[in-house]
Amino acid sequence: MKKYKFPFNGKFGNFGGKYIPETLVPAIEELEESYKKFRKDLDFQKELKDYLENYAGRPTPIYLAKNLTKYAGGAKIYLKREDLLHGGAHKTNNTLGQCLLAKKMGKKRIIAETGAGQHGVGTALASAVLGLECEIYMGLKDTERQKLNVFRMKLLGSKVHSVKSGTQTLKDAINEALRDWITNVENTYYVIGSVVGPHPYPMMVRDFQSIIGKEIKKQIRKITGTLPNAIVACVGGGSNAIGSFYPFIDDQEVSLYGIEAEGSGIKTGKHSATLSAGSTGILHGMQTYLLQDEMGQITPTHSISAGLDYPGVGPEHSFLKEIKRVHYKLCTDDDAIKAFMILSEKEGIIPALESAHAISYGIKLAKKMKKSETIVITLSGRGDKDVEVVQNYLNGIRD
Amino acid sequence: MHKSKSISSKENRIDSKFNELKSKNQKALICYVVAGYPDIKTSENIIASLINGGADIIEIGIPFSDPIADGPTIQDAIQSSLISGTTPYMCLELASRIRKTFPNTPLIIMTYSNILYRKGYFQFAEKAKESGIDGFIIPDIPVEESKEYLNTMQNIGMSTIFLVSPNTSEKRLKRISRICTGFLYAISVYGTTGERKGFDEYTIESIKRVKNVIADKIPLAVGFGISNSQHIKYMIDAGADAVIIGSAIVKKIKEIETNELLYNSLNRFIGELKSSCK
Repeated sequence: MKKYKFPFNGKFGNFGGKYIPETLVPAIEELEESYKKFRKDLDFQKELKDYLENYAGRPTPIYLAKNLTKYAGGAKIYLKREDLLHGGAHKTNNTLGQCLLAKKMGKKRIIAETGAGQHGVGTALASAVLGLECEIYMGLKDTERQKLNVFRMKLLGSKVHSVKSGTQTLKDAINEALRDWITNVENTYYVIGSVVGPHPYPMMVRDFQSIIGKEIKKQIRKITGTLPNAIVACVGGGSNAIGSFYPFIDDQEVSLYGIEAEGSGIKTGKHSATLSAGSTGILHGMQTYLLQDEMGQITPTHSISAGLDYPGVGPEHSFLKEIKRVHYKLCTDDDAIKAFMILSEKEGIIPALESAHAISYGIKLAKKMKKSETIVITLSGRGDKDVEVVQNYLNGIRD
Repeated sequence: MHKSKSISSKENRIDSKFNELKSKNQKALICYVVAGYPDIKTSENIIASLINGGADIIEIGIPFSDPIADGPTIQDAIQSSLISGTTPYMCLELASRIRKTFPNTPLIIMTYSNILYRKGYFQFAEKAKESGIDGFIIPDIPVEESKEYLNTMQNIGMSTIFLVSPNTSEKRLKRISRICTGFLYAISVYGTTGERKGFDEYTIESIKRVKNVIADKIPLAVGFGISNSQHIKYMIDAGADAVIIGSAIVKKIKEIETNELLYNSLNRFIGELKSSCK
């Protein structure tokens, strides 16, 4: 078996690339060069490791969810506890990495987009601790459904811009951050929150998030003496999923499952299932699967979880779908809410709604597997931010 | 393929236009409109008023849902056009009607890569050619991603206009000017499209630098933020062979409610701007 080695020339097969306005080309080239230099720089790695361990709390635990395992009645379910990372989600792995890189590059001003607000919070805290000025773009619709995260970003010293253009969600926040970057390219570093955007972002964010998978491998080996049979993670842009999967890509015996948000159902058209129901196109600097109409206009998406509400997906996921290394499956709003409740009640853990999609599929999968088998579900974030949305949902109020 | 070759052998309207203006010692006035804003029929009349007022070249903006290179004025117009139901093919039909009335005015499509990619570069470009389009400006296809796009456009005989920015290195400038046809589009500022109060010194330096590198190999057009005669003079003095007006036109369309008043106002506005190009 040939070893998996992508991206090659900035591409994952036909996916990826850098479809960007000319003004951003020098900035992307500078980033590419700097990242190439610092990823191998021992001092940089040492400093990042210190922040990840002593500031953010890595390694995060892997937890055998006995009650959930019993409930599912099949394979042993382990949870990779990214919800326990400082900031409340896996996002901090990437924001510490990128903000430290920005600082080394001499950039003083940080911008970022955010959907659910987790990446915004992650960027805000990393900027605060590293002494960088930070501005966050967030869709108006998201600022309303994630009010607490907006306040958290402000407490962390960041400025939050609510974006009123387009669909007022994550995609438009990215558009606005890109426009800011085009305007302030000389002093600004754009911290992208997922494995999306032009090369080298999908590769760089994957590398920073791969610590999740590396730890899973080490921890599960220590417990079971072998690799897990399956890993399950939710996919919006897809950073926690790639982070979990990447160190296992060459381990063919490990099945990988990426769970997309089916929203109200594929048939209703109200979903965010880019890989399952989309087609290839170009958006936000990358060639990848998109939700779009016949004419190439990006279509509105829906998910109860703001973090999965995105019409694109990381180009590496598009590639992994094409080479059939990862299985991409679906979870509806209703099922995500059910899983949210189950994990809260059975294990005393309130998961982020994004992660609840992975929990839901993980339970179904475990049921079909043998008791001797193991499955790891990446619990990408904690659900404190979502309690109001869930409360409204249970009371029959939907956005 | 035979058909597209015979089309490409015809004289290119963009080159002819620049040659004609050069012989008259004039600079080109390029006008951008968002097709379908406020609606397709009005767009057609707007373009006619622009050409009758003195516009030398028309850029037809095909609305895309995520226009990252555009500022608020054009974003709003694009969104409004999309809401009213404008599709890319409706824009090409609009172009073919304009073509019938104005056989010699160069018509260029400005849009984003996904609009072409979705239908296939070849299929879209061929349909555009049939509609009388002379070239494309696609701000999110940089040289690095242009191979298939360039091959297709060259086969069909379409001009491929590339953008350069104040931070584009000299090495890149040379590379871009080699593959760029029709004219080179220099972005005046760091930023998105939209009106500005004035320009910093770096804009002038940047235009001079670009002009110095490309010399007379290809005409140099300057765009982004240009909205009055003073701006135009400023750009021409720095070395521009053409200026591009976009948001200033879109803003007038937004502000003036009666169509008749709008057409007259645009006609006068463009006449005034064109006189600064002479």
